[in-house]
Amino acid sequence: MSDVIEESLEDYIKTQVLEPWKGPKNVPEQEYFTSGHRTCQGCESAQIMKLMAKAAGPRTVILGSTGCMYVANTTYYSTPWVVPWMHTQLGSAGSAAVGTAAGLKVQMRKGKMAKEPINVIVFCGDGGGADMGLSAISAALQHTHYNLLILMYDNESYANTDIQVSGSSPWGANSTFSPPGKARRIMNRRWKKNMAGMMAAGHPDCKYVATVCTSAPMEAMNSVRKALSIGGPTFIHSLDPCPKGWDYDPMFSHEIGELAIETGIWPLYEIEEGKITMYGKSRRILRGQLKRKPVADYLMRQGRFAHFIDEDIEYFQGKIDEMWEKWLIPGVIPIAAPA
Amino acid sequence: MNPPKTATAETMVTGGTEELISGSEAIAHACRLADVDVITAYPIRPYDTVMQYVSQMISNGDFDCEFIVAESEHSQFEIVKHASAVGARVFVGSSGVGWFYAFEALAVTAGLRIPMVAMVGNRALDDPGAFGVEHNDALAVRDLGWMLVWVETAQEALDTALIAYRVAEDKRIFLPIAISCDGAFLTHSQAIVNVPDQATVDSFLPRYDRGDKLLHPDNPITIAPQANEDWVMEIRRQSDAAMRRTRDVITEAYEDFGDKFGREQEPFIERYMMEDAEIALVGMGTLALPVKVAVRKMRAQGQKVGFVRVRWFRPFPTEELQDVLSGVAAVGVIDRDYSFGSTFHSGVLANELRSALYPVENRPKIISFIAGLGGREVNTDNVIVIAGMVADAAAGGDMNDQDTYWIGVRE
Repeated sequence: MSDVIEESLEDYIKTQVLEPWKGPKNVPEQEYFTSGHRTCQGCESAQIMKLMAKAAGPRTVILGSTGCMYVANTTYYSTPWVVPWMHTQLGSAGSAAVGTAAGLKVQMRKGKMAKEPINVIVFCGDGGGADMGLSAISAALQHTHYNLLILMYDNESYANTDIQVSGSSPWGANSTFSPPGKARRIMNRRWKKNMAGMMAAGHPDCKYVATVCTSAPMEAMNSVRKALSIGGPTFIHSLDPCPKGWDYDPMFSHEIGELAIETGIWPLYEIEEGKITMYGKSRRILRGQLKRKPVADYLMRQGRFAHFIDEDIEYFQGKIDEMWEKWLIPGVIPIAAPA
Repeated sequence: MNPPKTATAETMVTGGTEELISGSEAIAHACRLADVDVITAYPIRPYDTVMQYVSQMISNGDFDCEFIVAESEHSQFEIVKHASAVGARVFVGSSGVGWFYAFEALAVTAGLRIPMVAMVGNRALDDPGAFGVEHNDALAVRDLGWMLVWVETAQEALDTALIAYRVAEDKRIFLPIAISCDGAFLTHSQAIVNVPDQATVDSFLPRYDRGDKLLHPDNPITIAPQANEDWVMEIRRQSDAAMRRTRDVITEAYEDFGDKFGREQEPFIERYMMEDAEIALVGMGTLALPVKVAVRKMRAQGQKVGFVRVRWFRPFPTEELQDVLSGVAAVGVIDRDYSFGSTFHSGVLANELRSALYPVENRPKIISFIAGLGGREVNTDNVIVIAGMVADAAAGGDMNDQDTYWIGVRE
């Protein structure tokens, strides 16, 4: 009997084959995250939800942990989700995905449910992912026999509860828990967690980890499609400019995302089966074809850094220079190569 | 006087096998027989023995399910919650502070009306550390929509687990159930158990069917949105209505269980030598073992004492307790739990019982006791002392029914 079980395990780990879309003209019109939500104008997290759902298609179950993309999206009697959607607790993104994937798989194996590859995606914010849900996400990335994608939408604060600092907030950023004052200018002295790198380095069996930004939408959608096709547990980290939390005019969301990439603050890369590729402008920066813009170009566009003095900007620039010049792999491994 | 209604060798009429097993192993067999789909484990004594039996059954090929070792109790309970939402039958469990680590998941599971069967190997809460039994762990969820049942023997544990799946997954209910097994006294103690055959179980337990609540691409629903003040009160009212319906569904399930398995039992309480009792003791779980021995001893000396074992704490057996206790002169409630700062500093069961008996015309005196905390043994001598105090209250003595007596404690 045990052989039978082993055999059937292999049988039920098949994924949907989602080929990459070769440009905007090849993207179908059908949306799976539509009207019915009440996110802010210029919200890039809502944008990544839309791209993610579109990329995954109709045979998908989406789970969402507490945060903006729960509270602002799913008001009772008004849901933007065309695909089945379920809330999960703030620290439960990884567990929700594991439970859903396991529940679907076992019923198919036992003949209790029609057999088909169903995408399981869970999203969490940076608070739910990089802070509270870290251990559950880490555990989920070990379950190689379940197909699930964890997408962390990172707007760099607990944006749903009034913009409080998270483990993924930038150094020095003004938030309602880290307001600059007369005695202390810098209240948040923690450097942003290197979440995608940590997931990739810490989970050798995870076959796909990527960073994306809605300012590069085609790449973001194709990243989702690739993750779901590769299968097993996968992780995508999306940087989402947030007009409310970052304090800028909503019309600049796309531009702010571009600047995060161009200043080198947000490197775009994917790690597939242990092989890393930088893409977009990040690849050109890595190859020396594009000079990184000064971080001040990015920081000074946002009210959350308005209290910075030259010394703060220099410190920030120094940390980013370090990432590109000293790290074994920029944006991934914050350790110098062995001598 | 009533004969004890727990199973004996004579009452077993079904097929199956007799095995010498612990309460934990009995529940593992129930999981196998119920063809549970997803089980999540995390180690904490004493409940975790059930997961050791389950994992061995799986590795031996006797049982096929997804067995997931979670990285915390919070994840353990969240994983099965989501597996149940996509239609999988699930089993989970914990003890003491482990159960509390999962508290958020426990709250939302009941709030979401997710059917689930959990075993609580009752254990004292830290700190100070103690492996022994106390009932405060399971009791902590008593207001949230969990059905709670305490069992006395390994046989009752197995039977109740099968009944629990039928009740929890009934479309009229859709609420989770926690089966409380006293740590060590039941989780680790072996007894002869009739392990039923598959065919009988299949005739009793239908498949779990979520119907239009199934989360699946063929049924694209949104579950658990933000409802706020617009709808939360109506949703709570639905949970209240579901909990009110549990009485009938539980009664039906016990009747059918009796027919199919030949083990008849009164669903909500066990009445032990209560027919002509003048004083009664009330308690839950394995406390029944020394109490029953003590009651028999006292009966042999001519004292008209009986015992009521509360099986289901949620739904609380108000009607049955009113019926069985309204005629007696005094009741001694033995709590294996505490509720610091509560009315008369009593345990949870005593105060719940006071509330149930308040409208009764012939209200007995209720004397409250706390005993056996942290796994301390409650022996027959303790019970005889308690019964003596209750008899004193019945005779108009100066026992204080507005305070609580701690038994077997060093002062």
